[in-house]
Amino acid sequence: MARQDTGLWRVLNGPQELGRGRVFWCLFAFVALGLLAYPAVGSVFALSNLANFCLYVPLGLGLALLWGYNGVLSFGQGAFFAIAGYVYGIIAGNLTEMPAGTLLAAIGGIAASIAVAGAFGYFVFYGQVSNWIIPLLLLVLSLILETFMAQTAGYQWRVGSVLLGGYNGMTSVPSLEIGPADFGGASIAFYYLVIAVMLIAYLGLRLLVNSHYGHVVTGIRDDVERTRMLGYNVARIQIQVFVLAAALAGLSGILYVSWGNYINPSSMGLLAATLPVIWTAVGGRSSLLAVLLSTVTLRWLADTLAVKGGEYAFLIMGILLLVTMLFFPAGIVVTLARRFSSRKRVLGKLKERGAG
Amino acid sequence: MTIRGPAETDGVLALRVKDLTKSFGGIRAVDHLNLTLTQGELRCLIGPNGAGKSTLFGLISGLHRPDAGHILFKGEDITNLQPFQRVRKGLCQKFQTTRIYRALTVAQNLLIAGGARRLSRTKNGRLSWAINTLGLDSESEVPSGELSHSQQQWLEICLALATEPDLLLLDEPTAGMTPEETELTAQFVINLNRQGLTVLVVEHDMAFVRYIAQRVTVLHYGRILRRGASTKSSRIMRCAVSIWESVES
Repeated sequence: MARQDTGLWRVLNGPQELGRGRVFWCLFAFVALGLLAYPAVGSVFALSNLANFCLYVPLGLGLALLWGYNGVLSFGQGAFFAIAGYVYGIIAGNLTEMPAGTLLAAIGGIAASIAVAGAFGYFVFYGQVSNWIIPLLLLVLSLILETFMAQTAGYQWRVGSVLLGGYNGMTSVPSLEIGPADFGGASIAFYYLVIAVMLIAYLGLRLLVNSHYGHVVTGIRDDVERTRMLGYNVARIQIQVFVLAAALAGLSGILYVSWGNYINPSSMGLLAATLPVIWTAVGGRSSLLAVLLSTVTLRWLADTLAVKGGEYAFLIMGILLLVTMLFFPAGIVVTLARRFSSRKRVLGKLKERGAG
Repeated sequence: MTIRGPAETDGVLALRVKDLTKSFGGIRAVDHLNLTLTQGELRCLIGPNGAGKSTLFGLISGLHRPDAGHILFKGEDITNLQPFQRVRKGLCQKFQTTRIYRALTVAQNLLIAGGARRLSRTKNGRLSWAINTLGLDSESEVPSGELSHSQQQWLEICLALATEPDLLLLDEPTAGMTPEETELTAQFVINLNRQGLTVLVVEHDMAFVRYIAQRVTVLHYGRILRRGASTKSSRIMRCAVSIWESVES
């Protein structure tokens, strides 16, 4: 039985994720190697852009885990992204003299997101608030934070030497520095950092969702009462997943400020709250891989459209979401993958019959 | 009208329900109910619709909070414990409506079910016996939503067994089954009980009740009406059947 499958590879290749064949893993290795080799040919501008698209992947994967695997939709990932970003900016801006100041700031930023998510999750999940109210509460949380940050203009709003900056945002946030490596937005080091974070987050979450714990998380999504009646403290597991998703969003937030040296309140506004939901829905929330692909693709698409089409970019994103919901309710990548695998299964059966 | 039966305190008590009361709105679904179950017993709980059987199950498993009264499991007061804590103490329920993870395979269902109690790393012998007996061993890669109705019911019993319970609550385990499947299930429950598991069953199917129960408790309007041995000719069965007829007509 599956319980005895403790080998890491077997867990990694478990049934809770798409792409389990040899072809997939060959492609995966090929793309990973391609990404690692890209700096040899790509321009600094292209690298920096690609890093910018990929740095949202932890946030997207966190939402896939929370929504797709645990059944809790969130409009709050933007808020956790921005909380970490702001706290990072405050700590890093005050510790510019310290050698490991930015690292400390990164830890502090993620810790802040975890703390807010933990407190929110504690009340919501132990209070057994209905699943459809949670996203609304999170949206309200985001908008309150945005409104608050937007009015922090002026010199009276500063923490140590760092100005919060009101609607204009927090400027000249130092980039992440670990030892001798400086992860500025236009550096190869930053590109590698983002790619590494993206791959580790993907493989780590893939292990998680296929583990026993991950199965229980899915069980909670499918039937809360049943899972409770099998002896699981459902609220505690939901909080853990919620906090993990928030920490991943925070990780993205830190990469973002390290990339752009800048953050403003619109990072937790309405758009920032909805876009991750669109990425997750369009790819297919029940697969980490699908969300990874759609996050990078849609970030790229939005960027390209913003350059070419101005304000129509978000309109097109909205239409994309509408089309997905109508024709691919399970998400584009997931639907296509299922169709492909069911065709393969039918072909395999025909072959068997032919051979027999 | 409560008639006290003899020999209620024989053996070690698995479950003791004391003066349990639960109202919904103005209706007392369970009304000062007393019930004891000795370890290793197989007991049937019968009664017409609305007699409070499922409410009683909900109270024992912790899904409902009683208005008054106590529930003692293996001598320990569990009245204020959360449902998941009760499961960890060794009390598990099969719901009335089949509740399994339909999108997941049989193997995945069983993977989730085993593991909350972390009792032992050793194999759950009773579970593998149950899986083989009920013919689920060959279905382990099938999405459980694609199983037949009775297989789904059996899978849910297996999920409950995976938590390694000492007391198993079965709420209508044979609802919607054919006579053959009902008999298989009945024999299965008897064998489970022979392995030492205490079982409390709610069932509408009188054939099933006649087949399995050592003892029967009849519930009516939230109170215990009768209890006694279940043989075809016994007073208790006649009483139960007469209630049936009066309700069904």
